[in-house]
Amino acid sequence: MNFEVPNFTPAIPEIFVLSMACIILLLDLFITDKGRILTYILSLATLAVAAVLTITLHTPEAVYTFSGTYVADPMSSLLKVFIYLTAAGVMIYSRDYLLQRDLFKGEFYVLSLFAVLGMMIMVSAHSFITIYLGLELLSLCLYALVALNRDSEVSTEAAMKYFVLGALASGLLLYGMSMIYGMTGSLDITVVGEKIMLADHNNIVLIFGLVFVIIGLAFKLGAVPFHMWIPDVYHGAPTPVTLFIGTAPKIAAFAMVMRLLVEGMQGLHVQWQDMLIILAILSMGIGNIIAIAQGNIKRMLAYSTISHVGFILLGIMTGTTFGYSAAMFYVISYAIMALGGFGMIILLSRQGFEADKIDDFKGLNDRSPWFAFMMMILMFSMAGVPPTLGFYAKLAVLEAVVNAGFIWLAVLAVIFSIIGVFYYLRVIKVMYFDKAEDHHPITAGSDMKIVLSLNSLAVLGLGLFPAGLMALCMTAL
Amino acid sequence: MAFELIIFYIFSAILVGSALAVVVVRNPVYAALFLVLAFFTCAGIWLLLEAEFLAITLVLVYVGAVMVLFLFVVMMLDIDLAPLKEGFIKFLPVGIAVGVIILIQMAMILGPENFGLEKFATPEAQGSDYSNTKALGRILYTTYVYPFEIAAVILLVAIIAAIALTLRKRPETKSQNVAEQVKVRRDDRVRLVKMPATKKDEVQS
Repeated sequence: MNFEVPNFTPAIPEIFVLSMACIILLLDLFITDKGRILTYILSLATLAVAAVLTITLHTPEAVYTFSGTYVADPMSSLLKVFIYLTAAGVMIYSRDYLLQRDLFKGEFYVLSLFAVLGMMIMVSAHSFITIYLGLELLSLCLYALVALNRDSEVSTEAAMKYFVLGALASGLLLYGMSMIYGMTGSLDITVVGEKIMLADHNNIVLIFGLVFVIIGLAFKLGAVPFHMWIPDVYHGAPTPVTLFIGTAPKIAAFAMVMRLLVEGMQGLHVQWQDMLIILAILSMGIGNIIAIAQGNIKRMLAYSTISHVGFILLGIMTGTTFGYSAAMFYVISYAIMALGGFGMIILLSRQGFEADKIDDFKGLNDRSPWFAFMMMILMFSMAGVPPTLGFYAKLAVLEAVVNAGFIWLAVLAVIFSIIGVFYYLRVIKVMYFDKAEDHHPITAGSDMKIVLSLNSLAVLGLGLFPAGLMALCMTAL
Repeated sequence: MAFELIIFYIFSAILVGSALAVVVVRNPVYAALFLVLAFFTCAGIWLLLEAEFLAITLVLVYVGAVMVLFLFVVMMLDIDLAPLKEGFIKFLPVGIAVGVIILIQMAMILGPENFGLEKFATPEAQGSDYSNTKALGRILYTTYVYPFEIAAVILLVAIIAAIALTLRKRPETKSQNVAEQVKVRRDDRVRLVKMPATKKDEVQS
């Protein structure tokens, strides 16, 4: 048997992140609580260097290595850079929160880095096995992170729910993959794609496998009717972990959908288009309507996530390159907006106070006009009000949907978005027109204040000049 | 061939029976033991498929390690069965209906119509000198080396997560510090006290 030693160059970012995670894990054992800031700095440095490595190693053509189980293409480079960015944002926002609650431990950073590694593997996967293993690596880190505040009953319950449902979803996904493997005889995504192109569209085994794969993906993305875990997990997890779960993994899940459905099963597009339409309509409808009834802002943002997932699925459903680019633009915009949104909750919280109710935002304008303005930008962007980033993301997806000939679907999406505007505007109303009940000064460190302001201004700036990011998303596919 | 078929059907019958028993029996310890039986018979079927290495791994890892751990957990935890059985009768008809529908659907799809011998030919039987383990090892460390490494990382994360979630430093628990014990000198523990010698009578008076 002949075996060529694989080309390691494209995978250098992964190898680097893995090595650094192991080094930080060992180093953290030898430093005291006072020196723990070193773990934090090293983790941020790891993400920065990984970003530099990914950009320098970027090539316009796809490079396959490790016997075709790994691919480095423009899509993977772009998504990886945004994964690093959001993960770094999460680390910067959560430092004070963790310090105040005695959670500032090495495990948080090590597990976050391993989760980032899992996402990188998912984004660069070119085989069913690598997709599945990357997903498991990510999920395992997230289950542990949710339970990290182990004396909190709510967190433990959320972790348990997340773990049981996540394991079930992984099982379904794996079962679907095994069916498709049984029919095509390959795990390599390109080969599977070619075999399915040639196969009969109504082959019952392929559709059977496809259904299970889509259920698994919908669970991971949190699309209705597989969304039950999202509100409880977002609510129960410590806010920095909610921030993490709500941002970067969505980018990785988008990549997983692209690899599995678009690259692997383009031949079954007719079949999965209908399924995605149903998931998208239900997600937008139920997400937006139930969010109205929420008094807890973490739960409200959880339901808002579900509705945003519906929009992402709409973009993918079209089956056109423009639709995929629009969905990619949407998922990146959403990650940036959610980072800011959950970041605001952390900003307002302090020791013994979580600031996770909508009422906790009352009169924010009196306490800090600048951050009330920042929150207003973020809420406008999530609602899709021009000229913010969220508006262009929604516009691009709707344009793709109309181009694909689904005008009724675009109208429905707009109606659900308008329903959604209500609960975003309520937060703004509470901030500007209600009297403050809580007069504590905002105590966050200046680094967090600066980054959070930059994050919100980026939402506004990218909304004013969306062409650059859109062009990146177009060339990535 | 006929002999193999008879063995296959015996093993399959025991497998299905014991799998059912895992769910049906009342005592969780029995359920765990039936699961051991299910793994054993499954390993037997894998042996018939000439997957010797996997069959032995199943027995060693699942029966030898995982199930023993399961049994420990089941015996250590004081599980109150009454709330678990609540509503069993109420949900039974729905459960059976869903189960039967899934069974029929899967039989339709996974039956000989789609996966029959005319679609997939019987794989050739390998000679007695063919090493299953060698073939697996070769492919695992060459073609699938990347997934193999990721699996290793997943196990590492599992260890980190388990320790992070369960390790607690309790100041009130008593434990031995071996290093301290070894380091200890006679002078640290024994104090010689000089006392004036006295006679028995003097003490009494």
